[in-house]
Amino acid sequence: MKKFIFIIIFFILSSNVFSANEELKNKIYKNIRCIVCQGQSIYESNSDFAIDLKKLISKKLDNGENEKQIYEFLISRYGEWIVFNPGLNLNSLALWLLPLLIFMIGGFLIFRLNNKEKK
Amino acid sequence: MKNKYKIIILGITIVIIFILFLRVLNSNKTYQPNQMIGKKIPEFILEDLLNKNTKLDSNILSGKDFAILNIWASWCIPCRIEHPFLMDLKDKNQINIIGLNYKDESMNAKNFLKKYGNPYSLIGIDKKGEVAIQLGAYGVPETYVLKRGKIIFKHIGPLNEDAVNKILELKK
Repeated sequence: MKKFIFIIIFFILSSNVFSANEELKNKIYKNIRCIVCQGQSIYESNSDFAIDLKKLISKKLDNGENEKQIYEFLISRYGEWIVFNPGLNLNSLALWLLPLLIFMIGGFLIFRLNNKEKK
Repeated sequence: MKNKYKIIILGITIVIIFILFLRVLNSNKTYQPNQMIGKKIPEFILEDLLNKNTKLDSNILSGKDFAILNIWASWCIPCRIEHPFLMDLKDKNQINIIGLNYKDESMNAKNFLKKYGNPYSLIGIDKKGEVAIQLGAYGVPETYVLKRGKIIFKHIGPLNEDAVNKILELKK
């Protein structure tokens, strides 16, 4: 009986690890642009290029590389264009900072108006 | 006086936002084939197509003063179009050409070379296309010009007269 329970627990745990790994793989695939296709990620594409990249990413993950290392490798080979979610750099600064800036200015204006009304 | 400061700060903010937007607008939003230019060739060791005892080692390429690395396959139709250019580069200009046989059947690749001639001094077998990805390639044919192991020029698609002239210019 003990053996049976142990096997079931082992099976549940290993299937969880497997699905977490699959989730990470799919997350990366969805963030990598298929540069030979029109506006598709490699997750959606079945082109030769996409299939090769998926195999390589899967292999790199199995070898213990993390998500960041994989993005860095692909950017070093194909440029920033290959990722859908760009990192923070000088060109994407406006994209990252502007919403925050507008939010802060808006908050400040509301605060000022509120104060004026109270007076 | 206070209003004057407000206007100045507002003006500066608008100018900064405008410059940021302009930068993003002018940034490159397409695939950048020049990503690998100026970089050292990635490390790899591949089996040679024609001689099982020989290996194509990327370190060999680093030792060469000037060489061309050409990614090709027997199933690739544009490779047939560029092949005479490669033969000319080898025969007329004595340029060392190294081949990377991309996702091909060895038998078909050998037959291709028998039929059209062999311009390559070494041919690495890249059965899974992994080395091509290491090189930042996304298809066949692609040609890299190497100077002491550093990539100095890349041509995507079949070689043509312009690309050949550019290669010869780089060799000078």
